[in-house]
Order: sequence, then C-alpha cells, then structure tokens
Amino acid sequence: MPFSTLTDIQAKLNAGETTAVQVAQTYLDRIATYNDDLNAFVHIDPKNVLAQAEASDAYRKEHGARPLEGLPIAVKDIFCTQNGPTRCCSNILEGFEAPYDAHVITRLREAGAVLVGKTNMDEFAMGSSSETSAFGGVQNPWNTDCIPGGSSGGSAAAVAAALTPAALGTDTGGSIRQPASLTGLVGLKPTYGRVSRRGIIAFASSLDQAGPMTRTVKDAALLTSIMSGHDAGDATSVADAPSFDWLAACEAKDMKGLRIGKPKEYFIDGMDEEVRTQVETALKKCQDLGAEIVDISLPHTEYAVAAYYVIAPSEASTNLSRYDAVRFGHRCDNPEDLEDMYARSRDEGFGSEVKRRILTGTFALSSGYYDAYYLKAQQVRTLISQDFKAAFEQVDIIATPTSPIPAFKSGEKTDDPLTMYLSDIFTIAVNLAGLPGLSQPCGFAQDLPVGLQWIAPAWQEDKILAAASAYESATDWHNQYPKGFGGES
Amino acid sequence: MSWEMVIGLEVHCQINTKTKAFCGCSTEFGAEPNSQTCPVCLGMPGQLPVLNDVAAKKTILTGLAINANINLESKFDRKNYFYPDLPKGYQISQFAVPVVEGGYIDIPTPDGEKRLGVTRIHMEEDAGKSMHEGLDAVSHIDLNRSGIPLMEIVSEPDMRSADEAIAYLKQLHQIIKFLGVSGADMEKGQFRCDANVSVRRKGEPFGTRTEMKNMNSFRFIKQAIEFEALRQIEILEDGGEVKQESRLWDSVKNESRSMRSKEEAHDYRYFPEPDLPPLRVTQEEVDAIKASMPELPNQLRKRFETEFGLSAYDADVLTQTQSLAQWYEALVAAHPANPKQCANWLANELLGRLKELNKDITESPISAKGLASLLDRIADNTISGKIAKDVLDAMMESGKDVDVIIEEKGLKQVSDTGAIDAMIQEVLDANPGQVEAYKGGQDRLFGFFVGQVMKASKGKANPAMVNQRLKELLG
Amino acid sequence: MDIDVKKIANLSRIRLTDNEAKELAPQLSSIMGYIDKLSEVNTDGVPPTAHPHDVAMPQRADVVTNADRRDALQQPAPRTESGLYVVPKVIE
Repeated sequence: MPFSTLTDIQAKLNAGETTAVQVAQTYLDRIATYNDDLNAFVHIDPKNVLAQAEASDAYRKEHGARPLEGLPIAVKDIFCTQNGPTRCCSNILEGFEAPYDAHVITRLREAGAVLVGKTNMDEFAMGSSSETSAFGGVQNPWNTDCIPGGSSGGSAAAVAAALTPAALGTDTGGSIRQPASLTGLVGLKPTYGRVSRRGIIAFASSLDQAGPMTRTVKDAALLTSIMSGHDAGDATSVADAPSFDWLAACEAKDMKGLRIGKPKEYFIDGMDEEVRTQVETALKKCQDLGAEIVDISLPHTEYAVAAYYVIAPSEASTNLSRYDAVRFGHRCDNPEDLEDMYARSRDEGFGSEVKRRILTGTFALSSGYYDAYYLKAQQVRTLISQDFKAAFEQVDIIATPTSPIPAFKSGEKTDDPLTMYLSDIFTIAVNLAGLPGLSQPCGFAQDLPVGLQWIAPAWQEDKILAAASAYESATDWHNQYPKGFGGES
Repeated sequence: MSWEMVIGLEVHCQINTKTKAFCGCSTEFGAEPNSQTCPVCLGMPGQLPVLNDVAAKKTILTGLAINANINLESKFDRKNYFYPDLPKGYQISQFAVPVVEGGYIDIPTPDGEKRLGVTRIHMEEDAGKSMHEGLDAVSHIDLNRSGIPLMEIVSEPDMRSADEAIAYLKQLHQIIKFLGVSGADMEKGQFRCDANVSVRRKGEPFGTRTEMKNMNSFRFIKQAIEFEALRQIEILEDGGEVKQESRLWDSVKNESRSMRSKEEAHDYRYFPEPDLPPLRVTQEEVDAIKASMPELPNQLRKRFETEFGLSAYDADVLTQTQSLAQWYEALVAAHPANPKQCANWLANELLGRLKELNKDITESPISAKGLASLLDRIADNTISGKIAKDVLDAMMESGKDVDVIIEEKGLKQVSDTGAIDAMIQEVLDANPGQVEAYKGGQDRLFGFFVGQVMKASKGKANPAMVNQRLKELLG
Repeated sequence: MDIDVKKIANLSRIRLTDNEAKELAPQLSSIMGYIDKLSEVNTDGVPPTAHPHDVAMPQRADVVTNADRRDALQQPAPRTESGLYVVPKVIE
C-alpha cells in the first residue's frame, strides 16, 4: 500500500476495497512516523485531512466518484490554501492564512482530492536544494545526508518516502524536475500557460508553472489533466491551448518512428560521469524501443543560466515588493517610522537567498543597467526559444539529463550561490522558452537516483507522456524506493 | 529680455468604469473605507490582474477625440516604488508603448487659435488614499481607490502662460465630459493635474523644471503655476539655480513647498508587466469606437452658429455640457420657428433660474417640451413675453403645464376687440383732462393711455391690439 | 564589478548592516560577473521576449463581482483601526 500510485489507490477505492478515510489515515500515520526524519511537511492538520476524506467517501456514496475521488495529494507551501497557513516557507508570511484557494487547489478539491498538507520548499521557491526554507532543510529519503533538490524538495521527499502518493510542485527554473530527478520521481512542468498561476505565490511570473510530482507517468498525466485548463482570472493562462486525452497519451508501449534529439550542450565536461552513463543507457533503451536518436545542437544553452539569473530575480524583486508589512505578513516591533518599518520588517522576514535575489533583480532593473542586463537577457531568451524551434524542425522530442549531478550533501553549496545556481543548468532553458518538460527516473549514480528529462514543443505534453510511458513500461526504475521507510516489510 | 514660462501638464483622469482596472471591485465613490477591496487590489500573494475591457475602449475613444494615433499593440509595465497606499509595491502602467500617442487640442488665445500637443495617453491604476490629518504618529490607509483605472494624459511642454494651461485643461475636461469617459469631478479627485513648470529667457533652451503635484481645481492650478514661475524667476535673477523636484501646492498658504518624501532620487525600474501579455486591438475595433464618438464641443459650437444662427457667445454657453446642448436641440426640435429665441430663453431665463436653485440642466423641473410650449404660447399671442416670465416661474415652482397655469391664473392674453374697446373707453372716461390734452397735440400722452389700459387688463391685453384700437378710438 | 549594495538595498527597502553589505557585495559581484557572460552574445536586431508565448491579453467584462469581505481580508493585517490599515506616519 504505502508505495502505491494514485492509479493503484483509485482502483482499490473504486473496487470498494478501501475508503478515502482509510487511505488518508495510512498516510497520516506515515507522516507521523517519518516526517521528523525528512522535514518534508511543514503543516499538517490531521483532523482537516480526515474531514476531507470523510466528505469524499460520502460524495462517492451519493454521487459516484470524481476524477481524483479520495486521492491524497500534498501541496507545496507556495499554493494558497484556505483554512490553514500558507507561508511559502518564509518568515515574512508569519501567521498568514490565505483567505482564498489557488485556482489549481479549487480544481483539485472539485475533483474530489484530499489535500494532505503543505510541503517544505526553498523560501519563495528560490533555491535548488530546499535548504533556504524558514522551517529548515529537507532530507533526501535516498540518503538523508543529502538534499532532495529544490525548490519543491518537500514535495519530492514526501512522495519518494511515500508520505503521500503524489504532490504538487512549481517549476520556475527546474523546481519540479530537478527534485524529481534527485529523488527518483516523475515530475512534469507543463507548457507555460497550461496551468493557472492564480493563487500560487509568484516567484518569476513569466517562468512559473505548477505541475505534479508522482511515482509514475500516468499519475502525472492524471493530475495534470485536472490542474490544467483555462482560467479567466490569469491573463497568461492560454484560452485555446491545444488539448488531448491525457491518460490515453500514456498508453504508448514503444517509440517506433520517434525522432529523439540529443543536444550536445547537455552532455558536457564536468557533469557526473555516472549520470552521463545512465542517461546514455536510457537513450539506447529508447533506440531499442524503436526511436531514432539524432544529435542536435542548442547553441545558446550556455547562456541560459545567465539570462535566467537576470530575468527571474528581476521579476522576483518586484513580485516581493508587496511584502511591505502593511496589509499582511510580518511587521517589525516598534517601527520608528515608515522607512524603518519597511526596511526592518523585510530584513527580518526574508532569508539571505531571497535578499540576494531581490538585490540582484533590483540592480539588474536599476537605471543605467536595464539595457545591459534585463533587455539583453530578454534578447538571449528569444535566441534560446529560437534554438528549440529550429531543433523541433529536426526532431519530435528532446532528451537530456535533468541534472548534471545526483543529490549532493546538505550544506555543500550553501556558501557559494553561483555553484548552486549552476545545478539548474539543464532545466532552465525549458522555462525560458515556456516549453513542457518532464523528468523520470532512469537509474542510479552513487546509489542516488538519476533523472531523464524530456522536452517537447509547446502544448505537446502528449509526446512527452507517450515517450516517458514507453520508457517506463520497458524499465523498472519507477518501482524502486528508498530503504528505511517501511517499504521492505 | 523678458522671462517666459514653459508649462507641460499631466492629467490623471479616472475612467468611469463600474469596476476597477484589474479586478471586479466596485468603483463607487464614498464607500466605507476598504469595503471595496479584494485580494487582487490589496496585492495579496498569488493574485493576478485581468484588464477591464471598458477601460481600454474609453482610453482609445479619448485618443480619437484628440486626433491621436492608436497603437494596435500596447504594453503594460510595472513602475516600482514603495508607498503604503500602493499595495503591490508597483503600479501597473503603460510606459514603453502606451495605447494612445501624438494628438493635439486647439485652444482660443488672444492671438487666435493655438494648437497644443498631447504626447500620449496611457492607462494605469490609481493608488489608494493615505490619511494623515488629525493623526499623531500614524497614517491611515484606505484602498478603495486602489486599482481604479486612470488615463494619464501627458501634454507637450507647449503652454506659455497659466491662462493657456487653464484653457487646455478646460478644453480637455470638456471633451472628457462629452465623451462620457470620466465623471471628471475635480472635487472627487477624478481629474487631477500635475504641472511641469520652468522658465527661460525668450529664445533660450528650456530651463530646469519642477513638478507641481496633484492639483484638483483650475483656480489652484493657475495660482500654483504663477507662483512657481515667479519663485523660479526670483531664484534665477538672484543668480541661483532651480532644483529639479516635486512640489506640493498649499492652497491655504498660497505657496508651494518641496515634497520631502519625493526628495530621494527615484528609480522606478520600469519593466514589462509579466502578468499581462500585450494589449491588442484591431483596426476594425478602433473604427467601431470611432463610429460611436459623439459630437465634440468644438464641432457642436460651429454647428450651432451655422445651423441655428447663434452668436459665438450663445453657442459657447449652450455647448458647455453635452446635456445642455442636447436640451437645447430638443427645445429647438419642439419649437423650430425661432432657434435664437430658444437660445435666449434657455440661456438667460431657464439657466438663470436653475442657477439660483443650484441645479444644472439635468435637474431642471421643466422639460424642453415644456419650455417649447411656453414659447408657442408667446408665438400664438396667448400670452405676452412679459407674462411668459411669470408663467415660467410658476412652471418651475409647480411643475404644471403651461396651459394649465395660464388657465388657472387667468393669464390668457385678451385679444377680443370688444373687451379691449371697453377697457379703453373706461380709461378715456376716467381721464378726460389727458384726452383733451392729447387731442390738443400732446402726442406723448399716447404711451400713458397704453400703460393705463395694460394696467387695467393686468397685463393680459394684447399690446399690439391696444395700440391699434387706441389710435382709432382717440381719432 | 563594484555594486553599491547599500543603494540597491535601500531601493529594495531591505535594511542591511555594514557587515551584511560587506558579505553580500562580493557575492553579488560574482553573480553579476557570471551574468556578464551575456555580453558575449550578439543580439543585434533580436527582439526581446517578455512573455513565453505570442498571445494577446484577454480582458474581463466590466461587471462587479466582489462583495465586501473587508473583515476576512484584514484578518492577516498587522494593524488596523476602524477598517483602515495603520502605518507609521507618512511624510509627504
């Protein structure tokens, strides 16, 4: 049971073999047992979880099952949820309870999901290791000395250790895919505009996109099918986005005729050799399944991180101006005057990485530097998109490693922000181009999971789901789980 | 060499939409503090803006009315600064590509018409209100106004006197009222003005300007501009330098002062608003908006002069507001015989009476048809013009129909020869001495007899007939 | 690169102690130094991308949809009085 997929649990619920309350209780018990080891959840309200489960069982009895009826789903602390704290793992949101649900949360509730709690993350999603959280870092279930990746590290650790069968994450520069890769999960970042951003605390508005973190491709498809869709309350939610049958896309068993691009810029010196080997092996497997591997080039890849670290902090620096101690959030004690209130509240409320990004972004936008940094980065962003467009004239889909390295030790990179930033080197370009990307497990390096990243043209998540499903059905990586979390018994 | 003022104006005009620019909150004026707020206009975490479609249409309409170009693609940007009444820490505004660019307004000057350039009109959101008065160490913030859509109308630095500036503002204000794109109520802050003022010796390049912020009365604006220009001239004549700064007009002390909070150098860090893709309109949509444009004050004035033969003065009076012009046209339609008489009665009699009641034409107790039927009664000799003024008073007071009042008060003009003859005879009989004198050659006594007859008839006798019959009867 | 960290911090309304500024300056310089990589790219005539997709802005109908929820919305506020947000005195 614990390491079940959403699909497994759904089948059992539908067959009447279990109830939503029993399922919820199972995971609540596991959270009670293991969360202290992982620090994956920052807020759990068991009473509320059981009440949702009871309501779900009652609904099923009366009306039949909705698409996610009774399925437990954990939520990254970046999603606003009513009736409980939403902190974005920051002290600036001390005591904050959102008087609204994020649009995605509303969709999940309406589909019958049981929201099990809020998961830990890098403060304001700024980080690649989940170490910048105001609630302390998250441990990787595969090796608790290691980080689980970030920023959606709490969601990753929670699913990897089966404290929940699935979780929501957000991905601005890899924050779903990189932790999924580092914890052996499937993580999907949909096409920008596929999922409404309304009620999700903004990091970098032109890059942020929410998505699922699950054990299997099909579970990711199931969740995305509910999360996605036009929202008139988000002007960047695309109204006539091409759609398809999400679950049917997961039926693929082979890759006959699929042209997979292998960009040379994603197999570079300095990357972990075991990671390289695992991904190369995975691509051979794809060949066995009928795919053609085509060597391609995405020439502006090496500038993606630099462009990202202008654009994301710039947008973030102004997105975070609303935390001004006036209408909500932390206010310092006894402010001397207005300026003191602003400066001291924000100093006390924001952690050092968030401050670093606000300062970087403020600098990049400031008078005299805008053209050299912000405008230049936007132009490079255009070139990166054009690289992908050109590549997709040659190939159907692109495959790369998700992360150049497996999970690293906690504290290893906290003193060197730039090195930390470079761990997103393979995921960032996808956000800049607004494309869909998925990471799935494809082996191990140093006994830690390695992820294979799929990238498709905008709105063609179905291609990714088909390829990833075919690979999944031919391999067993998704059935591996970390030891020490009760899966052995 | 004499000094010359150089003035550019920025008008912030609230667009009269039902809801705010980016959320579904009401824009109703005067509600309980913060009762018209929501997570979006409070800038709460994760909240996103969606543009009100009426705001863009009204801005485009305004642009068309000042002969400007409409950008079929315009963009929103963030203007970043911290202020407690600015919830997000940035204002959504159009910086790089506004929806309207390059128009003009013609104003009358003593030297003839002058064309003043309008650089741009862009959309943005209003901030809330900070209240300090009567509070000791704190300020109070009301965010009901936060997010109300504004047009910022930016002029070229084309004005050379406070009078030109005021003429421009009045013209703009009138156009905006005619278009119905704003309440433009200055007391409610719906039409506010910043004036950029500098001085120079004629023919020299522009001097350093100061910005007079947030004025909402034509009188204050004129005072502020004149004060500021004099202040600058004094500084320059003393060999000093004008400091570029924002200043606030104190209408109680009649002086401007530097705004301390704006002292610190601003760096607004404008950049494209990532939450809003570009605003696109088609030429067809622009054309449809153009087709809906009402006649503008200048066009109306000219038409009233040519079509109805009105004086420039009357045409100007009757085109002050759209409702007044419409009222006049309705009056002429109901009493087409004499448009000039219509203008006189409306401009002098009705408006005068309304002014005493502190009402405007839309609150008139008399309809255009009502006034027309009064004019009809003058024309068909039922009453005299003099009696008509009394009837108008009675109509205003009671709201009753003209004919009812004439009937009730027995004001109907007497045009019956027999009745008039009888009245004349009575007057002649009562004044035998005067009759004798008249017959003896004192012609000027004729007026005395007319007066006596009219008095005897209580003003109701038809004066023309009285004249005619008197002549006959006096032989 | 020399970055005036105090000035940027002031624009960002974040108080920094002298020590923090000292620590941050080299970090920001190293980040901006890396970002300077962008100058290697020839971007002549390349249009900037502000939004990932070339789409137009959707608009909403001008209809009031929000009721008065002041009490609930002010619940997270640090300080209010009679429905007004209270802040230290603003000097104009």
